[in-house]
Amino acid sequence: MNKNVSIRDFPRGDGPLTELNVRDQDPLPFPYDKLDEEPGIKPLSDSAKEKYVNLDNTIAVNIPKPKTKAEEERLVTGFLSGLQKLFSASDNWTFLQPLVISMEHCARCQTCSESCHIYAESGRNPLYRPTYRSEIFRRFYFKYVKGGQTWARGDMELNWETVARLIELAYRCNLCRRCGQTCPIGVDNGMIAREIRKLASQELGIRPRELHEDGSMLQQKVGSSTGMSSIVVKDNMDFVDEDMSDKTGLTVKTPWDVEGADVLVMHNAGEILAWPENPGAFGVLLEAAGVSWTMSSDLAAYDSINYGAFYDDVQLARTLLLHIQAAKKLKVKKILIAECGHAHKVLTVIADRILAGELNIPRESWLPFFADLVKQGRFKFDKSRNDFPVTLHDPCNITRLMGISQPQRDIMRAVVPEERFREMTPHGVNNYCCGGGSGFAIIGGHNFSDWRFRGPGRRKFRQILNAFQGEKMDKEHPKYVCAPCSNCKGQIRDLIKYYDAWEKAGIGYGGLVELMVNALPAAKPGFIDWEWH
Amino acid sequence: MSLIPYLIAYAGIAVFVVAVIARIRMYARMPMHLRWELYPVPHEASRAAHGGSYLEEVDWWLKPREVSKAAELKAMGTEILFLEALHKHNRPMWRSSFPFHFGLYLVIATTLLMLGGGVLTAVAGGFGASSFGSVWYGAVVVLGAVGMALSIYGALGLLRRRLSSSDLADFTTGADIFNLAFFVVAFGCALVTFALFDRDFALVSGFVRNLVTFRLEPVAGGTAGIMVGVSVSLLAVLVAYIPLTHMSHFVGKYFAYHSVRWGDEPNLKGGPQEAGIMANLMQKVTWAAPHIKSDGQKNWVEVATMDYKTYGGGEKK
Repeated sequence: MNKNVSIRDFPRGDGPLTELNVRDQDPLPFPYDKLDEEPGIKPLSDSAKEKYVNLDNTIAVNIPKPKTKAEEERLVTGFLSGLQKLFSASDNWTFLQPLVISMEHCARCQTCSESCHIYAESGRNPLYRPTYRSEIFRRFYFKYVKGGQTWARGDMELNWETVARLIELAYRCNLCRRCGQTCPIGVDNGMIAREIRKLASQELGIRPRELHEDGSMLQQKVGSSTGMSSIVVKDNMDFVDEDMSDKTGLTVKTPWDVEGADVLVMHNAGEILAWPENPGAFGVLLEAAGVSWTMSSDLAAYDSINYGAFYDDVQLARTLLLHIQAAKKLKVKKILIAECGHAHKVLTVIADRILAGELNIPRESWLPFFADLVKQGRFKFDKSRNDFPVTLHDPCNITRLMGISQPQRDIMRAVVPEERFREMTPHGVNNYCCGGGSGFAIIGGHNFSDWRFRGPGRRKFRQILNAFQGEKMDKEHPKYVCAPCSNCKGQIRDLIKYYDAWEKAGIGYGGLVELMVNALPAAKPGFIDWEWH
Repeated sequence: MSLIPYLIAYAGIAVFVVAVIARIRMYARMPMHLRWELYPVPHEASRAAHGGSYLEEVDWWLKPREVSKAAELKAMGTEILFLEALHKHNRPMWRSSFPFHFGLYLVIATTLLMLGGGVLTAVAGGFGASSFGSVWYGAVVVLGAVGMALSIYGALGLLRRRLSSSDLADFTTGADIFNLAFFVVAFGCALVTFALFDRDFALVSGFVRNLVTFRLEPVAGGTAGIMVGVSVSLLAVLVAYIPLTHMSHFVGKYFAYHSVRWGDEPNLKGGPQEAGIMANLMQKVTWAAPHIKSDGQKNWVEVATMDYKTYGGGEKK
């Protein structure tokens, strides 16, 4: 398999161009320091290879290979039509200026490459450079939008293989924008990857099923991408309340549709099913602090997710409006976004250029809100209940893309003994993505999950292991990875499972509110029981 | 030396000005985009050190916002002058890029000094012969010579990296090589002219003075005149060429930083962004995928708020 794949190879042949070769990777820290003992990547099945476009021996999007010349041409003409729309003010006012800047001014100096966890963990496979897909796309921009300039900007053959591969390659980026942070000029390759995804979705109707049919469409249809209707979610939250009351000895009852409440809490509904202790802990804490709060049972309002953020501006706007309309109906003072990173970014910064007038209802992260409650002394904590090593993952959407990194540390200082807290290196706005960002955490067809763990997620796992170096790496000495974001938490859960890290190194995980409730002396001890893994 | 170098110089300046204004206008007239900032944002004042924002504050919309323009200017200054981001994230390239850019700044400063000298001489005839004038033109010589030498050194280093680095080879086009070679040739020619014929920059200063005062007379005859003419012509073509290429990133970078990376101005109720938002939402959506359901007719408000039952979603409550 070609490791040094050139951009000139991109339009050629119909097989995989390259693959993530585990033998090219740098070994992880102890106790995973033997490369050949790491779990591998399952091979792609023959039927998948036969049926779908195969870029690098894994598949995220499932683009069927065209069967006729007409299907091939439809891909190319659709791409060209979408390309024009991406550079039109009416169809893409949302990103026109940042996109044109990133098209026009890249010096192709590759400064961004070293900042990319996927490129670095791939053993520096050129396909995974942030600039690789951008450069191909840029050549199409100069050739077909600007009309020519191939001598100055480089040429690229446009055929159906190029279009299909480019769409698949747009799903080899976590959209964490760490590359953009290092670019001396301000070029944003993460944004370019998202624009390619948008073109594919909004013009060609191509995107991973997990994001669209099973994601944003399902949410807009039944209320949640989990499939929970409002009746089901209320039932489930009743169980969560009961369970929390038993577990903590404190009475919890989630209020629904309370008009005039101060705060409308929006959870990622995946938490309710996968980690019920998380919304449960929120309930415990909000009640303990005496906050006037409610949840909404309106369509989509009990699920803060907005997968449009990963692939489609129209879907983003539709879900956002459902969230806002629910808040408007209940006349709440503000929306409080719970532990979900992309919901943070959509509802705060992105929505800030979509909402106007009566729809511009204040939206706030739970982190400063709870940090303020802690500061006000609304909770009493016993830090000794969290007497185990803790490290903190910074979700990209909350830190690098919103600038919230101090409140979670203020809370951490209040609930974890200082000597037990270990920062990751790097952390805060310079953190690495968990590897599950931009929808990867829920895309799992074929062998894509293995690629996600062995590629993008491996840098986070490396950081976690480094943070706990010096500790006893066994199950008898539990260590806690705090990930205050649902997608990140899902990815870290899956990484721990993939590497068998609970059994092998005693590494567990959870959110931040769980650490808070675990440290409440008013609650029964042992809220974190290390049994969730 | 004929009129041609003067005409090329005027044309070069005109193309530069028009092309830069056109580029600024292009970016400035684009619709307000979604917020897409990237932290740290330097004007976040005391929070900037840890990459924080006003969103770290509870009920931030009810409180005065702390903004430090001084911190923003400092960040801009260090980035423009010293290429701080490149220094931090790509030191090998910085070793060539910094002298290249810093040399350019010195050459620009030299040109401005010569222009200023020309104006002062036109206003006060004895300026060049005065002691202040001597210092002034001394600075022209030092800054000009050092600037050109630094830029040539940097351009050669960048050229070497472009031609030898496997990381860059795949992304290098003919224009990348041409651009750097053009700098080397234009500045090289000017440096040779300086070293052989114009050690005190008197000829080129005279040319600039004539340019300012529209006295289009030869500044020298023979080889010296030809070399000055060729040098200024090459430099003028370079000046015209830069804004037509990706090297106009001095314009793009301004918008990339101020409008995108640092664009965190909150949209408060009744604020100035509302008109832009409403204008954007009234734009037609022509995206063709089946789920959009626009038929090329609906605007963003209609598409985003359409009855979900119609397009296959759930029933609106």
